[in-house]
Amino acid sequence: MTTRYTKDHEYIRIEGDAGIVGISDYAQGQLGDVVFVELPSVGKTLSKGDEAAVVESVKAASEVYAPVSGEVVEVNSELEASPGTVNEDPAGRGWFMKIRLTNESELDGLMTEEQYGEFVKSIS
Amino acid sequence: MAEPARSDEPLLKTPLHAEHVACGARMVPFAGYDMPVQYPAGILTEHNWTREHAGLFDVSHMGQAALGGPDHETTARALEALIPADIVNLKPGQQRYSQLLDENGGILDDLMVTRPTTDEEEGYIYLVVNASMKEADYAHIQARLPHGVTLVRGEDRALLALQGPAAEGVLTRLGSNAASLSFMMSGWFEIAGLRCHVSRSGYTGEDGFEISVKADDAAALWRALLADPEVKPIGLGARDSLRLEAGLCLYGHDIDTTTSPIEAGLIWSIQKRRREEGGFPGAERIQREIKDGAARVRVGIKPEGRAPAREGSVITTPDGREVGIVTSGGFGPTVNGPVAMGYVSKDVSAVGTDLHLIVRGKPLPAKVAAMPFAPHRYKR
Repeated sequence: MTTRYTKDHEYIRIEGDAGIVGISDYAQGQLGDVVFVELPSVGKTLSKGDEAAVVESVKAASEVYAPVSGEVVEVNSELEASPGTVNEDPAGRGWFMKIRLTNESELDGLMTEEQYGEFVKSIS
Repeated sequence: MAEPARSDEPLLKTPLHAEHVACGARMVPFAGYDMPVQYPAGILTEHNWTREHAGLFDVSHMGQAALGGPDHETTARALEALIPADIVNLKPGQQRYSQLLDENGGILDDLMVTRPTTDEEEGYIYLVVNASMKEADYAHIQARLPHGVTLVRGEDRALLALQGPAAEGVLTRLGSNAASLSFMMSGWFEIAGLRCHVSRSGYTGEDGFEISVKADDAAALWRALLADPEVKPIGLGARDSLRLEAGLCLYGHDIDTTTSPIEAGLIWSIQKRRREEGGFPGAERIQREIKDGAARVRVGIKPEGRAPAREGSVITTPDGREVGIVTSGGFGPTVNGPVAMGYVSKDVSAVGTDLHLIVRGKPLPAKVAAMPFAPHRYKR
């Protein structure tokens, strides 16, 4: 199972020809208590770097960007009723959306788990 | 996700800075100070703790000052030339909320004004102003004082706020009878053996106290208060969500020089004598707005869904006519939903009026709502 990270703290976990997208544990910690998540509609086509979702803490709203290009094939509508799941389990139940990749080579430009760990250390 | 901007400006520290760090606070720049935005518990927990128990806030960044003159009436008249509240008739110990006004009746800052209680303090009036405005306020006041009245900056003092239903019990357990005060009254009390100037007031909508103490005693007082199991430290994040639910204005956001006290719904802070006599900056405009009503007013707004509308969101009617702007908005943990306030045209300001808030380009249905969103629980 491959997980890749962006400098903006999104992760994408590859499952077949699709990837599960969410925000990293570091990101949820920086945001604080998540109180609202706005998800894209299923079927939406995203280009890498597009604004894909919005996550709001008590203090502020932040954009979640598409780590790769593709089509949104599923969203985690559980987050609408319990946005705090993003804090409790960001890598698991707190996922945002599933994207079917249109260009797998885009993954090469993202960070591995290890590289992301180093990146987080360098900014905190 | 976007990173917050970082500033390299050197930041000031309150006398409690090391205490915040020891409590594990996340520190952020605020009004030139390095301040705790939250502790490890997080904003939601801190907010709810304050409503249910007692929250301890460091508000030492705020400006504490005193005006001194030969007697109360002389000092009070000097201050009344700058603000629209009745200060001459303040009783010893009484505190009032007011605003420093410019010549057009715009709000330069909001402040708390207190008449002290002891004979030695006769002729003094205590002020607490916003951190971000204190230099401008002091210069403004200084330049307008008559001969014989002086401004003394209280740089050597810290200010703590203890807010929530358990606050009075906490102070009683620490040997103080500050619980004898009623809302917006003040006096000198010993708390944990430390001499403090205490007022029964705050910025959360809860019963509570603001406690001024010598900077050198601040850490000892902070620790004594935190030793009570009912007390937890609360950061600026929850301070903002608490005051928003309480419908209280934040300077620079809900009020500024473009807003008058009448537009802001603060007419209650202008006592009858001042409404009639005037004699404060911008009196002509303010008296006219009292008589005829203001063209736009600050209202509470309740978005209908779960999405918060933040400061700057445009307000329209359901058919798309632009009628105002959100000045504070976010998630209200006690309300368990989004809450906001903002300015709208008078014709759409009645409670229950349907509005749209433009959030990320999309109209979000909302209604004008009565404030406060969470009921005030003051001990009058």
